[in-house]
Amino acid sequence: MTEKRYDAVVFGGGSAGLAAAARIASEGFSVALLEREQELGGVLNQCIHSGFGLHVFREDLTGPEYAERFIERVRGSSGLDVYLDTTAQEVTAGGGGSGQEPIVVYGYSRRYGILRLAARAAVLAMGCRERNRGNIGIPGSRPAGVFTAGLAQRLINIDGYLPGKRAVIVGSGDIGLIMARRLTWSGAQVLGVVEIQSYPSGLTRNIVQCLNDFDIPLHLSHVVSRIIGRDRVEAVEVSPVREGIAQIQEGFRLDCDTVLLSVGLVPDNELSKKFGVALNPETGGPLVDAGLQTTVPGVFACGNVLHVHDLVDYVTEESERCAAFAAEYLRGRYELRQYRLQPGANVKYAVPNRYFPERENRFYLRPLIVANQARLTVRLDGESVLERRLAHVQPSEMLSFTLSPKELAGVSPSRENTLEVSIT
Amino acid sequence: MDKSSGAPDRGRGGEPYDVAVIGAGVIGAAIARQLSSYRLRTVLLEKEVEVSFGVSKANSGIIHGGFHHSPETLKARLEIAGNTMFDRLQRELHFPFRRCGILVAAFSVEEMKAVEKLYAQGLANQAIGIELAGRDRMLALEPRLNPDVVGGLHAPAGGVIEPYRFVFSLIENAQANGLELRTGFKVTRVQRQGRWFLLGSDGGGSVRARFAVNCAGLYADEVSALFGAERFSIVPRKGEEFILDRNARGLPGKVIFPVPTRLSKGILVIPTVEGTCMVGPTAVEIEDKEDLATSQSNLEVVFAAARRLVPALSERDIITAFAGLRPTLKGGDFYIEASAKIPRLIQVAGIQSPGLTASPAVAEYVKDLLKKAGLELVEKADWNPFLSPLPRIRELAPFQVEELARKDPAYAEVVCRCESVSEAEIVAAIRAGHQTLDGIKFYTRAQMGRCQGGFCTYRILRLLARETGLPIERLSKRGPGSELLRSGL
Repeated sequence: MTEKRYDAVVFGGGSAGLAAAARIASEGFSVALLEREQELGGVLNQCIHSGFGLHVFREDLTGPEYAERFIERVRGSSGLDVYLDTTAQEVTAGGGGSGQEPIVVYGYSRRYGILRLAARAAVLAMGCRERNRGNIGIPGSRPAGVFTAGLAQRLINIDGYLPGKRAVIVGSGDIGLIMARRLTWSGAQVLGVVEIQSYPSGLTRNIVQCLNDFDIPLHLSHVVSRIIGRDRVEAVEVSPVREGIAQIQEGFRLDCDTVLLSVGLVPDNELSKKFGVALNPETGGPLVDAGLQTTVPGVFACGNVLHVHDLVDYVTEESERCAAFAAEYLRGRYELRQYRLQPGANVKYAVPNRYFPERENRFYLRPLIVANQARLTVRLDGESVLERRLAHVQPSEMLSFTLSPKELAGVSPSRENTLEVSIT
Repeated sequence: MDKSSGAPDRGRGGEPYDVAVIGAGVIGAAIARQLSSYRLRTVLLEKEVEVSFGVSKANSGIIHGGFHHSPETLKARLEIAGNTMFDRLQRELHFPFRRCGILVAAFSVEEMKAVEKLYAQGLANQAIGIELAGRDRMLALEPRLNPDVVGGLHAPAGGVIEPYRFVFSLIENAQANGLELRTGFKVTRVQRQGRWFLLGSDGGGSVRARFAVNCAGLYADEVSALFGAERFSIVPRKGEEFILDRNARGLPGKVIFPVPTRLSKGILVIPTVEGTCMVGPTAVEIEDKEDLATSQSNLEVVFAAARRLVPALSERDIITAFAGLRPTLKGGDFYIEASAKIPRLIQVAGIQSPGLTASPAVAEYVKDLLKKAGLELVEKADWNPFLSPLPRIRELAPFQVEELARKDPAYAEVVCRCESVSEAEIVAAIRAGHQTLDGIKFYTRAQMGRCQGGFCTYRILRLLARETGLPIERLSKRGPGSELLRSGL
């Protein structure tokens, strides 16, 4: 068994892990980056459309181009070992043995055999997975031809196979919208996108560029109430939804051979659970402090494993911050003086759940409402310390804000110092 | 395992066998294995491309405790006898099986009266170790149980099993002992030529056999008609089940039944042998033997019933749903007899619950019927009841996987991350004849976890293409007509 020691081990070589690993290495620490697939880049590799990097690079890049910038950084980093084709199978933190490296990882790999890696810190960057048919319980038969949108995207863009000729897309998440356009370009017919909510769940720019430009109908407040077909999908039944109930008698049939599901993403925290990290039921990701450290000391989290982001640029930004905090931890200078931040009115969640009183803090949040001319307010023990006007908010678009020490001047040891963020 | 039905016939009128077993579900598999211990030429015929793909694939996977059926019935006798045979079978064949115990929970005085009847029935059946339990005992046995329980029944000999893995292992072992399997062979013609049955398939193949066993599950009535034997009618009774994540809240340690109704044993909560949780099944009589659709309203029915047993269960933990069909026969008992009309045909029909539990005893019973009908049974001196277990990395520690990977690096390649299935295990499934996505799923558990194949499907397709030499476009979910992908862009 190959045994190695590192300062930090990073789980996942997608956008979050690439940024985090390069950043930790740049501060002079040794890093192991573990990736299950045969290439770095994660899901970016199959996102051959553009729209990446508008914030980070002020450029319009494709997914592979965006990934390449970070892969080059990783390849050029000294002290950073990349383990491709390697699955972290067993992990432990803090359990006995050498006090120096409390984190132990067993990696399974065809290339390297069984690895035992010991480290002082870890960054969880495993990303997310797609919700599937079982999660949303679409009734009907169980034929071939039902794919999650991300799997279909991979099959088309990387493997070069078309999942079918006539498709219906369930859910208006971004991957589904992108796939509506991709299928159309590939000569397949997209009969419609069916969304249970009364508003789209993907970005507005994707509704315009992927559906409207190709005259693909978007059925809001509708569900696929039945999948029909014994061996292969033959049709779906689409029904309007009122007060949460499908009106099947008003349903109509769409003859198709393929159903793509774009019904949400779930942070993939199976490894986090093996570490014993506590999870936040609202985000599906780990509970983290102001420095993105989980409830297990030395274990940090960033990117879609922490909460599902809408843009990769934000993943990069968050992951670099996370790595900087992990580096502080490795130097023994991690700041423990922190106070709580909690979601208030109309906020599904805010990440992180704590803040540093004397530093700049960056938060991401998801609204629960659709509204124009909304206002974001941050209150410190009831007093407003930050207000921002927002032209439009909706649950599918993530919001972010920064709090500087100036706004936190009112924090004092004699108070409780809880921040509450709300949208009205 | 896969032998094409389109193979040309050898000689006149197909290959000669002593026994043709029609239907490779758990009953056919158990009979075929039983017969493989004798000096006989036996062929097992299956219409699907994979074995176990009918009734035996989609059921609750319970080894029953012997108290649900009245002692006068054949099924009660075979259930008790079958139950006791599973320990030995597991030692021989290494399928997933655990005697976790079964509870029946009562929530009122009337229900408790019904439980007492079950208990008396269990005693009459000589069910092993059953006990009548009060509230405290029930909650000590199963802390996840609804605290409103007033008492119930405990059957420690009950357990859980992966039914398809049981079928696969029976058939693999029988094949190692000389059984011939023909998948994709749907019997559509039966002719009698002297002492031979000539069985023809719609694919063009045919076999000759002196004896035939009809264990065609949902289609046993149609097969009987092909022989010109007894007329009866199999009515499919649909059951929908839901699988919950292995991290689901409320996952119990024992199988929990409600008090049964006239129609079924009720909606249960099952800790599956592989660590997930299953709730169901419903019980609805239908007409279409191919109708495996699930519905929204049944989800609500199932969860309402399941939460009465275990309040912590949540729909949010569902990873998939499926429906299965029970092949029911009027009268409700198993119909296992030599045909009164057609000599040398054995009818094995109406095998619904507890058919899985009874299956090894059914096989012995059928063997005796065949003997009575004139089949000569001479034991093979070299019959090997053992199947060597296939290593599964999720059951092994890293140093053990390392040992395997030294010989075959594919053991260190994790293909299915949710269920921890290595490439070597998938290749073993393909080489054992499972050449569809569903076949690989049921053999290895790859695609069966929380992502339901979202991450590993393309990797499995690549392995299938590599191992079989078939182009990707020919690969299917469960046989012809269910191909997954169109040709390259």
